[in-house]
Amino acid sequence: MRFVYLDHAATTPTDPEVVKEMLPCFTESFGNPSTLYKIGREAKKAITLARDKVAVAIGAKSEEIIFTSGGTESDNFALKGVAFANEQKGKHIITSSVEHHAVLETCKFLAKNGFEITYLPVDKYGIVDPEDVRKAVTDKTILVSVMQANNEVGTIEPIAETGKIVKEKGIYFHTDAVQAIGAVPVNVNDLNVDLLALSAHKFYGPKGVGALYIRKGTRMMSLINGGHQERRRRAGTENVPGIVGLGKAIELAVSKMEERSKQLTFLRDKLINGILDNIENVRLNGHPEKRLPNNANFSFEFVEGESMLLNLDLVGVAVSSGSACTSDTLEPSHVLSAMKVPIEIAHGSVRFTLGKNTTEEDIDYVLEVLPPIIKKLRQMSPLREGLDLNV
Amino acid sequence: MNKRVVVAMSGGVDSSVTVALLKEEGFDVIGITMQIWPEDSKVERFGGCCSIEAAEDARRVANKIDIPHYMLNFRKIFEEKVIDYFCEEYKEGRTPNPCIRCNQLIKFDILLKKARELDADFIATGHYARIEYSEERKRYLLKRGIDEKKDQSYVLYGMTQEQLAHTLMPLGSFTKNQTREMANKIGLSVADKQESQEICFIPDNDYGRFLRERFKNITKQGSIVNKEGKVLGIHQGVIFYTIGQRKGLRISSPRPLYVIDINKEKNEIAVGNNDDLFKKELTADNLNFILFDKLTESIKVKAKIRYLSPKADAVVYPLKDERVKVVFDKPERAVTPGQAVVFYDGDLVVGGGTILEGRLL
Repeated sequence: MRFVYLDHAATTPTDPEVVKEMLPCFTESFGNPSTLYKIGREAKKAITLARDKVAVAIGAKSEEIIFTSGGTESDNFALKGVAFANEQKGKHIITSSVEHHAVLETCKFLAKNGFEITYLPVDKYGIVDPEDVRKAVTDKTILVSVMQANNEVGTIEPIAETGKIVKEKGIYFHTDAVQAIGAVPVNVNDLNVDLLALSAHKFYGPKGVGALYIRKGTRMMSLINGGHQERRRRAGTENVPGIVGLGKAIELAVSKMEERSKQLTFLRDKLINGILDNIENVRLNGHPEKRLPNNANFSFEFVEGESMLLNLDLVGVAVSSGSACTSDTLEPSHVLSAMKVPIEIAHGSVRFTLGKNTTEEDIDYVLEVLPPIIKKLRQMSPLREGLDLNV
Repeated sequence: MNKRVVVAMSGGVDSSVTVALLKEEGFDVIGITMQIWPEDSKVERFGGCCSIEAAEDARRVANKIDIPHYMLNFRKIFEEKVIDYFCEEYKEGRTPNPCIRCNQLIKFDILLKKARELDADFIATGHYARIEYSEERKRYLLKRGIDEKKDQSYVLYGMTQEQLAHTLMPLGSFTKNQTREMANKIGLSVADKQESQEICFIPDNDYGRFLRERFKNITKQGSIVNKEGKVLGIHQGVIFYTIGQRKGLRISSPRPLYVIDINKEKNEIAVGNNDDLFKKELTADNLNFILFDKLTESIKVKAKIRYLSPKADAVVYPLKDERVKVVFDKPERAVTPGQAVVFYDGDLVVGGGTILEGRLL
C-alpha cells in the first residue's frame, strides 16, 4: 500500500544530511562542552557553530540564541521568564485565542499565579488585528505573544505590524515561530520581536531540540537552574547532537526556502482545488493567500474528522484533525472555534500539511481515495438527515 | 480481501486474546479502545477496565500482535448514556446495571457504527458467550459461554438480531483458564492481570462516594422503617441503598436486618429480616427477546435476576404495555428493581428485561 505522509505540521522526517552531521556527536565528539580538554572543546565548537547558524537564519546575534528542548519549552521560557522577571512592572499579558497550547496553557498557569491574560479575538481567517493589540495594552502590560503562523489552519499573522505597535509601547513581544521557519522569511528585526520560539523537528531536524531567541537586554528569569550552560539561562548539559542537527536543519531550511515554497504551494493548490472541485459541502479553513505554503485545512460537512482520519490511515494516508496535541479530546479545535466556524462543521476538519518529499503522485493518490471515503461516511452519517448529497 | 473486524480492546486478557484468535483465523483486525473517563476527573484512576493504564496495556498488546490500534474518545456519549442513567436510576431508588446499558447503547451500537465506517464486517468482544445462526429458526442465537462460571450472556440479553449478526465472541467456546493459557503462550503481558469486577467508572468500587459527589445537594435523609411502618432509624438518602443490603443501616437489632424495599416517593427505606427478602414474582419492562421477536404466550424458563445469582425455574407471562410477569417456582431472594432478569432455555438466552418490582405473591 502507498504511504502518503501529509502531517508535516506535526513533525517532519529528519533530513539525512542532518543525521549525517549529528552522528559523530554520539560516538566521536561525545565530549561535554563544559570541559576544557580537546574533545570537550570540539563539542563546544560544534555548539557555537550551530548557534551561529541559527542566529544567521533569523537575523539575530549568536549570544541571543538559547537552546532548549523544543518549541514548548521555548514558549514556556519566553512567557514565564518575562512574566516573573517583570511582574513588578505589571501583571498583564496579551495573547491571541488561536495560539498553540504551549502558549495558551502557559498563560493559564500564569493566570493561576496572579497574572491577568487578555486573549485577543481573530477574524474568520484566524488573523489577529494589530489594532486590537494596541487597544488591549494597558500601563500594566508587560508582554504580548502572538504566533507567526498558525499550526492548524496555516494563517500567517501580521507580526511585523503588531511588533511595531508593541515596540512603540515599550513592551516585550514574543512570537511562536515554530511553523514559520523554513516556510516564510523569519527575521527578528523585520518582525520587531524580542523573543522568538522555534523547534528543529518542524523543519527536518531532530525532535527534542529547539531554541529561544532573546533580544539582548530582555529581562528574563530562568526556568531551569543548575550549571552555567547557555549563559546560565538554561542549565543542563547541552544536547549536542540535537543542537548540531538543529543548526544544520535551519541552515538547509532557510537556504532552500524559496525553492521548496514554490513547489509546496503548487502541490498545495492542486490539493485544494482538487478537493474543492470534487467534493461538495466542503470549506477551506484559514486565509486563502496569507497561509503557509504547505497547509491545507478543510471542514467536510456532515462527517467527523476522526472517522476520516481513521479511514485515511487504513489506506496509508497520514493526516490529522487539527493539532496532534489535542487529538485526545472531542472538543472542537479552539482555533476553528475562535474563527467562529460552527461546531458541527469544525468537527469535520482535517489538516493536510505537505513536505519537501511530497510528490504530485501523492496528491493524486489522496484525490483518488478521499472522495469515496467522504461519500461513504456521509451515507452513514446521522448528521446529514434530510440532505441529498451526491458526494 | 480478508474480512475486517474491529475488536473492542479494554487492555484486559479477554479482549487481548480475542484479538490474537481472530488475527490467527485470518481476519484483518483493528483494535479500538474506548476512552470513557470524564475529562474533568482530577483523581488519578488506577485499574478498571477502561482506565488510562488499561488503554496503555491495549496499545502494548496491539503492538505485540501487530494490528492497527486506535483510542477513540467516547467520554461524552458514555457520560450521557451510561453514567447519567446510572445516577438517575439510583435517584429513583433502583439499582441499575451499567454494563448492560453500555453494551446496548455504546458497544453494540456506537462502536458497531464506527466499525462500519471503517468497512469492518464485524465487531468482536471478549465476552464469554456464543453467537450462532440457526437455519431452523432463521435467527441469530445467543448462548451461554461454555465456561459456566465465567458466562457473561446475562449482560448481553439486549442484543438485537442486527447486532448479533455483526458480532463475534470467540471466547465463548473457551474457559477462562484456557484464555489465560493462550495469553501466556502468545506472551501477552496481560495474561495474569487481575479480573476487573467493579463498575468500570468507579474503580475504587465506592459507588456511594461517586453518587455523593454527583448529587451534592440532592440527597435527603429519611426514615428507615420496619414492615409495620415503625421508624427504626435514619437513612442518608435512598440512592445509597440497594435491596438485600445489610451493612451500613446503623440500627441495632437482635436479628440481622436487610433492606427489603426502597420507597422513593415517601423517601423511606423499609427493612426486615431475611425471609422478607423472598419474592415469588416480579414484573419487568424494557424487554428484548432473542429467540423470537415478541412474547405472545407464557413460557417456561430458567430465570436469572442478577449477574451472579443462580438460574431459577420460572414461568414468564406476557402483560400489556410491553411488560412481562415472571413467576418463580420457589421464591427468589432480593429481587431488585433496576437489575435485569434474563431468561434461559438450556444454553440459549431467550431474552430478558429490567425488573420493575418484586411481589410477595
